[in-house]
Amino acid sequence: MQQRFAALVVFGVLPLLGVLILAGCGPSEPQTSGTPVGAQRLSAGQYRQMVSDIFGADIKLGGRFEPGMRKNGLLAVGGSAVAMSPSGFEQYDTMARTIAAQVVDEKHRDALIPCKTAETKKADRACATTVLTKYARLLFRRPATDREIAGPVAMAGEAAEAKGDFYTGLAYGLAELLDSPNFIFRKDVAEPDPSASGKLRLTGYSKASRLSFFLWNAGPDDELLRAAGAGELDKKSDLAKQVDRMLTSPRLESGVRAFFTDFLDFDQFDSLAKDAAIYPVFGQKVAHDAQEQTLRTAVDLLVTQKGDYRDLFTTRKTFLTRNLGVVYQVPVAAEKEWEAHEFPMDDPHAGVLTQLSFTELHAHPGRSSSTLRGKAVREILLCQTVPSPPANVNFTVVQDTSNPEFKTARDRLTAHRTEATCAGCHKIMDPIGLGLENFDGAGQFRTTENGAPINASGEIDGVKFTDTASLGRAIHDNPSAAACLANSLYRYAAGRDFDPSEREWQKWLGQQFAKNGYRFPDLMKTIATSDAFYAVRDAGNGVREAQR
Amino acid sequence: MSAKPEMSSNFNRRRVLRGMLGGSAVTLAVPFLDCMLDTNGTAFAGGRPLPVRFGTWNWGCGINPQRWVPTKSGAGYDLGPELKYIEPVKQHINVFSGFKAFLDGKPNLPHISGMQAVRAGGVAASMGNPMDIPTIDVLVGDIVGTDTRFRSLEMAATGDPKHSYSYRSANGFNPAEVSPLALYTRIFGPDFQDPNAADFKPDPGIMLRKSVLTGVSEQRTDFLNQLGQADRTRMDEYFTSVRQLEQQLELQLQKPPPAEACHVGVKPPDAPVGTEIGMVMANHKLMAEILAMALACNQTKVFNVVFSDSASNLRMPGEQMIHHLMTHEEPVDKALGYQPKAAYFVERSMEAWALFVSTLANIKEGDGTLLDRCLVMGHSDTEYARVHSISGIPIMTAGSAGGRIKTGIHVSAIGEPVTRIGFTLQQVMGVPVEKWGMGSMQTAKPVSEILI
Repeated sequence: MQQRFAALVVFGVLPLLGVLILAGCGPSEPQTSGTPVGAQRLSAGQYRQMVSDIFGADIKLGGRFEPGMRKNGLLAVGGSAVAMSPSGFEQYDTMARTIAAQVVDEKHRDALIPCKTAETKKADRACATTVLTKYARLLFRRPATDREIAGPVAMAGEAAEAKGDFYTGLAYGLAELLDSPNFIFRKDVAEPDPSASGKLRLTGYSKASRLSFFLWNAGPDDELLRAAGAGELDKKSDLAKQVDRMLTSPRLESGVRAFFTDFLDFDQFDSLAKDAAIYPVFGQKVAHDAQEQTLRTAVDLLVTQKGDYRDLFTTRKTFLTRNLGVVYQVPVAAEKEWEAHEFPMDDPHAGVLTQLSFTELHAHPGRSSSTLRGKAVREILLCQTVPSPPANVNFTVVQDTSNPEFKTARDRLTAHRTEATCAGCHKIMDPIGLGLENFDGAGQFRTTENGAPINASGEIDGVKFTDTASLGRAIHDNPSAAACLANSLYRYAAGRDFDPSEREWQKWLGQQFAKNGYRFPDLMKTIATSDAFYAVRDAGNGVREAQR
Repeated sequence: MSAKPEMSSNFNRRRVLRGMLGGSAVTLAVPFLDCMLDTNGTAFAGGRPLPVRFGTWNWGCGINPQRWVPTKSGAGYDLGPELKYIEPVKQHINVFSGFKAFLDGKPNLPHISGMQAVRAGGVAASMGNPMDIPTIDVLVGDIVGTDTRFRSLEMAATGDPKHSYSYRSANGFNPAEVSPLALYTRIFGPDFQDPNAADFKPDPGIMLRKSVLTGVSEQRTDFLNQLGQADRTRMDEYFTSVRQLEQQLELQLQKPPPAEACHVGVKPPDAPVGTEIGMVMANHKLMAEILAMALACNQTKVFNVVFSDSASNLRMPGEQMIHHLMTHEEPVDKALGYQPKAAYFVERSMEAWALFVSTLANIKEGDGTLLDRCLVMGHSDTEYARVHSISGIPIMTAGSAGGRIKTGIHVSAIGEPVTRIGFTLQQVMGVPVEKWGMGSMQTAKPVSEILI
């Protein structure tokens, strides 16, 4: 051992290591073998954002989206596995026609149609080509091929002749672009990598799409498309410049909000119901504001304050509306706007677990649920798997709320955990959820249940807590929380689960996150500038001509 | 912009389009493609056979066997306290009891495995591995549903579009319409063509819309380039959906056959949706009426109705527990021998099922009723939900599929695979299937008791 140490000194390796450490360089990014190219369906939010960015915020969609498919915890991962039902496409086609009709109407055409036609009662191939080429580039997130433009241009011409109106014809051409899988799906395109013989790389435009949907939850802007076209995204230094530009853009907030909306299962709010007699305080406005509160808390802490992600579980700083003030029993002066609020140190509200978006979402319509809340902490925030319940379980004796022996959820669940078949799973969920029993099914604070005082102490992975605040600290300090966030953000960004070739890389990502003080934008940057994020390999059927 | 040889296909379709547009006010005969149907003595006025429709109707969290399963088999079966609601339509309903889902060593995924066994003929190995085979409604729809405006219609009275158990593969599902008004508008909105209208004039706008979709379909080859096999299959489902809408529009360019039973009802109110039982009953009734008219007007031949989701979220006002929780947590009343609150929801479900069947039976069509030319499979996900039993999943059929099956019969089985029912119904509907089901549930044995 001593000999080896001496050799390191003699050959100058140790001094070099010292320099590297001083310079802040950690281990370099482990290599991965990439994944085959895929096609991810635009989320509803991404579709909306693209239409708003390209045609204007006042354009109405006029249709609805079929529900997304959550896969291994994320809708973004399901987006790469989901196809489209016939009724789903019917809606996309309705939206395509509704959007296209607005783009060409008298209100919008001057701003959105970049050429004037001399004779509006007939087709104008040149103008239609200009318009459709422009919008195909934005909608497809890359320049369209001649062949891809020819169809919509012919469509616009034919419809203009049939209807006797250039603009009406143009709307049909635009609808063909909006109905195209090149718009609705984010398909990767690979090309031979000139720097590695026999290997593939993503085209610049595909890289631009990955980047912009990850960081902004939107399609690439003009500058990013320009950089992609100029081949700049193939150079690490230029790529990093674009990433820095995007990370400092106000649009980053949309990207962060989209991630947390997916990560925290907020789509479940779409079907959340509470019993009006038991929880008169609940309503759609409260449900909406509850999500917004958490998103604002996250954006403020992580983006504005550049704080530590783990503090999300302990922060007392948040934002409230009057609607939320009623539930939190906090006076809110602002009638219509959001108001910053900091809960005092002796208040039970600390961290996102105590926010309505968690306590009311993970509860029954008529009562709280320690099991659902514990399961949500395990599965959503710690990325752990809770096995399905066994099919044949007798709950009834211990779940009878009218039984004087079992007044509180703790009493009932403790008895339940004596059932051998249930104990294994419930002991990893209930003790966490019991720490949140001070919040009823609508998230309102309470100190008793059925007249008996609530004991909110418990344990998570060997760490004891006494109340909601110390439960938040326990999750803050739980190594799984930070690892879960890093892993989820990568899976969200890539729209897929980890590839077996990414095991070392996954560890490295966690190390980078820790090294950067668990700063969320830094984690985004680590992913966005990594090689792994863009790595592709042949799907097994060979790569024919790259489209661009 | 260079001209490519491939552009010729675009011009071809445009030329066809131009030809059609030039000949507006054309009256075209409708090709009736449903070769699987026999005539059975009932036909349109012009001699064309009336269609036979297939649908499913689902309620969640099963039954109390001792209160639901008839004690007598065959015709003239008795009705216990949970089944008594079907009395007015009993003659149209077959009851199947004792048919079982076999797991072949896989776990019983509560409220999922039973559903999959009934509808897809297999069970998933785990929650993370969804079934990748089509459900029975899709299999039947592929045979009988290709010549109507909608291949199938899905609806859920619970307010959640995810409450649908109809899928072609693991790549998604057919989401449910949840608002009666939205359902009505989708079917009877501006695109609806009254089959009994005196005049028919193809809408040039429809022709243009169809042409747009042809343009999208033509992108298939380029789009699939570079994708792996799984993604190609998945994207082909997208192109199939595009094609289905194209076909839907194509049908609208042809004069629809007259449908004497077609009388479009009034537009329903924009009512709230949700899981509260009163709301669910009201929305289900509206949906049943809209669907019945959609069937009578030949808008679809296949449907899926969800009265309540498989782990029933139904609830009573002021009640802490939803139906699903009640089945597990409500104590069994010692005097009654069952969970009274949970049983309330079973009874409401049977009441709703009877209403659904009556709604179809109340529409006169040909020499019988709409129900006579329907085959509806009503079923749940479990037998006794308290223990997630799947050994006797309650299943019923309503309607005789145009006189192809007997009705009013109770078929009592012991440990027979539940797939026998789905297999029989597929054969009755003309699906060319010789055996159906996975593992121990594979069967080639129809339920002969109901066959004519």
